[in-house]
Amino acid sequence: MNQSKIIELNSKQPLLINPDRPIYLDYQATTPVDPLVLEQMLPFLTHDFGNAASRSHPYGWTAEKAVEKARQQVADAIHADPREIVWTSGATEATNLALKGAAHFYSGKGKHLITLRTEHKATLDTCRQLEREGFEITYLEVQEDGLVDLQAFAAAIRPDTIIASVLYVNNEIGVIQPMEAIGKMLRAHKVLFHVDAVQALGKIPVDVEAIQADMMSLSGHKIYGPKGIGALYVRRKPRVRVEAQVHGGGHERGMRSGTLPTHQIVGMGAAAELAVQSMESDAKRIRQLRDRLLQGIQERVEETYINGNMEHRVPHNLNISFAFVEGESLIMALKEIAVSSGSACTSASLEPSYVLRALGKSDELAHSSIRFGIGRYTTEEEIDATIELIAGKVDKLRELSPLWEMHQEGIDLNSIQWAAH
Amino acid sequence: MAYSEKVIDHYENPRNVGAMDKDDRGVGTGMVGAPACGDVMRLQIKVNEQGIIEDAKFKTYGCGSAIASSSLVTEWVKGKTLDEAMTIKNSHIAEELELPPVKIHCSVLAEDAIKAAVEDYRQKQGGAQVVVQPVMASAQTAH
Ligand SMILES: Cc1ncc(COP(=O)(O)O)c(C=O)c1O
Ligand code: FES
Repeated sequence: MNQSKIIELNSKQPLLINPDRPIYLDYQATTPVDPLVLEQMLPFLTHDFGNAASRSHPYGWTAEKAVEKARQQVADAIHADPREIVWTSGATEATNLALKGAAHFYSGKGKHLITLRTEHKATLDTCRQLEREGFEITYLEVQEDGLVDLQAFAAAIRPDTIIASVLYVNNEIGVIQPMEAIGKMLRAHKVLFHVDAVQALGKIPVDVEAIQADMMSLSGHKIYGPKGIGALYVRRKPRVRVEAQVHGGGHERGMRSGTLPTHQIVGMGAAAELAVQSMESDAKRIRQLRDRLLQGIQERVEETYINGNMEHRVPHNLNISFAFVEGESLIMALKEIAVSSGSACTSASLEPSYVLRALGKSDELAHSSIRFGIGRYTTEEEIDATIELIAGKVDKLRELSPLWEMHQEGIDLNSIQWAAH
Repeated sequence: MAYSEKVIDHYENPRNVGAMDKDDRGVGTGMVGAPACGDVMRLQIKVNEQGIIEDAKFKTYGCGSAIASSSLVTEWVKGKTLDEAMTIKNSHIAEELELPPVKIHCSVLAEDAIKAAVEDYRQKQGGAQVVVQPVMASAQTAH
């Protein structure tokens, strides 16, 4: 089997899927660059290589024009003005710029921020750094289904709260937070609203006006664009100020210095436009695949548990715990599928996923979870093969599991005195 | 994470998977770890009149290295006396399976399982020399 299968999707150029590689179901980790996007990027590496900051010759003008077109494309994708878009190296940098930049600028007003326990590490680790600088952070609990409780949110707002940061669509469990309600509440309290929309763009409509976002982090490589490029939306009306974190030539109106990577920016712009165009058809197809996967697994495997709300969720993500099997060993068994696990050992930290823990999942179930990320190039055959593999391997591992044996014998695992933590 | 070939071999073809009657007087059962830590290992040994381990079985809930460590241990203890079995150290297991540092605790667990099984057997025989420190405590320090 070393013949490559060529599939043609909504792209002009075919994407090569090599059957010798595992089935890719990790689209929340990253996505391949869409061939249509790549095509637009390439000239800017060679022929149109100019520096967008060169004002004195056509090389620079061409690059600048391309950068501004991409800025418009990204702005359009989130209903913003192009002057509100700042290029960064990715969403991690965008979030650093948003939270540190605004916290530093507004520290005279207050030193309190609010975020969720289930945020991406880009947010959580930035908040930790702000704590070291003397800011105070409230990490809100979420409910069992991963959604934040609006009343608890409201109760956390204090007179000295300056910023709240919320993950629009969770990268591990795909749940969609009630952004409109949160935005409205924050605006009423004059608290700046930063949104990590990395996993939302291209999956659901994103509109900075509708949710009254003040800042928004975006990333290229989650929307079939290149890695190493992202953007921060910074609202102009009412004006939001962020202090630069990277200093240099004063690019991006002083908010983020550094020569603009034209080809990456062009890729992100093209990807954002394509993401919005193909959102509906992608989502429809992906939902069918997700339903097929879920149904297949549930028919074939007992004792499975879905993590995260199923209704307020993007169909691109399915996160399931397989009770009585440990996630890392399951991933090892599933070497024909590229997925990610919330289990101990993949993170090298020996801690189960903090997101699943925040949902109040037992450590066992957190250890046994698999995240399936479905994307633009996933096929029905891949889903069917995945179901087959999962069913077989879970069975095999349960045969090996003393916990499964005890469960079969009707022993309540909670009644056993395990080593205390 | 890349696994050594030996881990993969034991993982894909685990030796001596199964259960023995834990109420049998000739069977020692050791269960260590905790579901919340992501690993539970159960090792059972069948000891003959001469005090030799005749047979061993395991079941493990845990990562690939934990499964491989317990599978390997079932092979190693067979044919050994109880005292000989007690000399198997986690470092031997880790070395044999070429475990990376983050996986050392999986081999510690396997060593603890041997001790727990031997102790259980000895207790059944009339609680003779008890040599081990509490097994659960050492499993716990691993996490
Ligand atoms: C929700 C979320 N936020 C932020 C990031 C970081 O984005 P980037 O890789 O562009 O820095 C990711 C990707 O890992 C993500 O999934
Ligand atoms: S059992 Fe936890 S890492 Fe091996």
